[in-house]
Amino acid sequence: MPNFLRRWKWPALRLTVTVVVILGVFGLFLLLMGKDPIKAYRDTFAANVLNPRGLSELVVRMAPLLLTALAVAIPFRVGLINVGAEGQFMLGALLGSWAALNVQGLPQPLHLLLLILAGMVGGALWGAIPGLLRALGWINETITTLLLNYLAPLIVGYFVFGPWRAPELAMYPQTPEFPSTARFPSIAGTRLHLGFFLGLFFLAIYAYLISRSRWGLEMRAVGGNPEAARRLGIPVERWILIAMMVGGALAGLAGIAEVAAIHGRLKMAISPGYGFMGFLINWLAFANPIGILIMSFLVAFIASSGFTLQITQRLPYAAVNVLMALILFTVLAKPLAKGAQR
Amino acid sequence: MSWFLSWLSGAILYAAPILYPTLGEVVEQRTGMVNLGLEGLMLLGASISFAVSFITKNPWLGILAAIGTGLVANLVYAWLVVHRNASQLAAGLALMFFGIGMSALVGKPYVGQMAAYLPKYPLLGSQSLIFRYDLLVFLAFFLAPVVWFFLFRTRWGLKLRAVGESPAIAYAAGVSPGLVRYLAAAFAGICAALGGAHLSIGITGTWSEGMTAGRGFIAIALVIFSRWNPLRAIVGALVFGGAVVLQLQLQAQGIGISAFLMDMIPYVLTVLVLLVWGRGVRHVAPASLGRVYFGTE
Repeated sequence: MPNFLRRWKWPALRLTVTVVVILGVFGLFLLLMGKDPIKAYRDTFAANVLNPRGLSELVVRMAPLLLTALAVAIPFRVGLINVGAEGQFMLGALLGSWAALNVQGLPQPLHLLLLILAGMVGGALWGAIPGLLRALGWINETITTLLLNYLAPLIVGYFVFGPWRAPELAMYPQTPEFPSTARFPSIAGTRLHLGFFLGLFFLAIYAYLISRSRWGLEMRAVGGNPEAARRLGIPVERWILIAMMVGGALAGLAGIAEVAAIHGRLKMAISPGYGFMGFLINWLAFANPIGILIMSFLVAFIASSGFTLQITQRLPYAAVNVLMALILFTVLAKPLAKGAQR
Repeated sequence: MSWFLSWLSGAILYAAPILYPTLGEVVEQRTGMVNLGLEGLMLLGASISFAVSFITKNPWLGILAAIGTGLVANLVYAWLVVHRNASQLAAGLALMFFGIGMSALVGKPYVGQMAAYLPKYPLLGSQSLIFRYDLLVFLAFFLAPVVWFFLFRTRWGLKLRAVGESPAIAYAAGVSPGLVRYLAAAFAGICAALGGAHLSIGITGTWSEGMTAGRGFIAIALVIFSRWNPLRAIVGALVFGGAVVLQLQLQAQGIGISAFLMDMIPYVLTVLVLLVWGRGVRHVAPASLGRVYFGTE
């Protein structure tokens, strides 16, 4: 047996068993709900993999996921659990939409740059709240990010139902359509847009910085042993705040990219849980850049499957959460060596 | 005055569904386990109790179903944490995902339906229409002092707290940390599911997706506020219940503030409560909180 095959045999086998177990358990749930699991799986596969349009939609869905995964991965590097990418996503969409709707007369590249920056500022500010509270040693960031997730959609709702509501569309609470200079360009014939390339760009920067720069080393030191890092003169508190803000900025970029590329206007239903999916991706990839790329594709497939199941099986979209939970359960149930913690 | 009385009456009613998960989490954290899955457990309890009570027309069977579901679901969490050495945060969030998804699946056919309510009884035999509660409200306020007595005045409570401070020393003293954590998780699972069930078949009589609206996370904040003391948890739950009712009353009076801004009140209040009372609690918190216990050799 060639060497590379031997090296891949056990992980591949384990992955196969994992997938079979997850599909089996989820199929059991579908069966209990009175659905036909075989048909559900066949439909999902046919709609998302065999169909070229479905396949390109998977890549489209990777755009927000790459960015929200990075929004979790960067704080993870300094030992923080950011479960708030969902809220940071919404706030980025909000501030980015403000720049898209209220600035006129700029050429498209400048306008796009402005709304991207506005979206990143929105997410960064929302990430700065838990970051600051944690850096001051006041409140744990996990609980604050979770609570802020419930506030963010209410803020978006306030603007979308209130001051920003488009008067001509009385039925639907949403803002007017963005001007054409504020729409993300996409590759002809597909919905593959600028956001995906921005996601790849930031993933590459992340990969470079964490492995090849002093910053990456300092972050690892803070995440590994904050007390030792402090004695070495590394500004631990500053890194905590920066990591949360940079993470928030990337989630905010995901938000404005989704709005400016896909929807063209701000409304309530812009995220089917991209922030939480980013958390799942990071946990599966363990903040590894290549892992994030692969797992983003996998989770994009699951998210798309959720829409397929919603249409063909009349399941609520939230059912994908069951699938994501089963994946996490299976990964967590895999025993680790002593001393290592997931 | 009557406005105040109806506010107080409502505050007590809305305190119950948050008091249950808070009590469960207090016990669980006293053994050293942080469970972020309360939100999922509450949603499971709310949806399953609603479905069962809708089908059987008997809310008590719904309560039983919620108890069973919460118990089993949280034992899975405990298994991951105790036997598989999984990160408590990740295992809790997995439970959250599961509860959000599963409750949506279970509750789908019942959106917009009305189920059998729990019967209501007047407090202190009063004749008025307010201060009438179902048994779960009475049980919640009865349970808090019982849990306090158990934790701080019994030998078993001492063992339980010992596990939370140092599993290794508790083990040396003849206590099995794993067993204690399983039992605490079982209790917490039941409590969280009861809280959810009270929301769906005790208060609203309806089911809607995500109806617990973050109460599971607010409960975790209240545990920090209560400094892991069940009696202080009553205060926290009443403050939160009061905020929810105030927001409902203001909306009912139709004052000109956006409903979205009013809905923020409970979350903003929770963050503020954490800011004021959540700082510097590390010396009060159970020492082994959040750590994986790999066993003693």
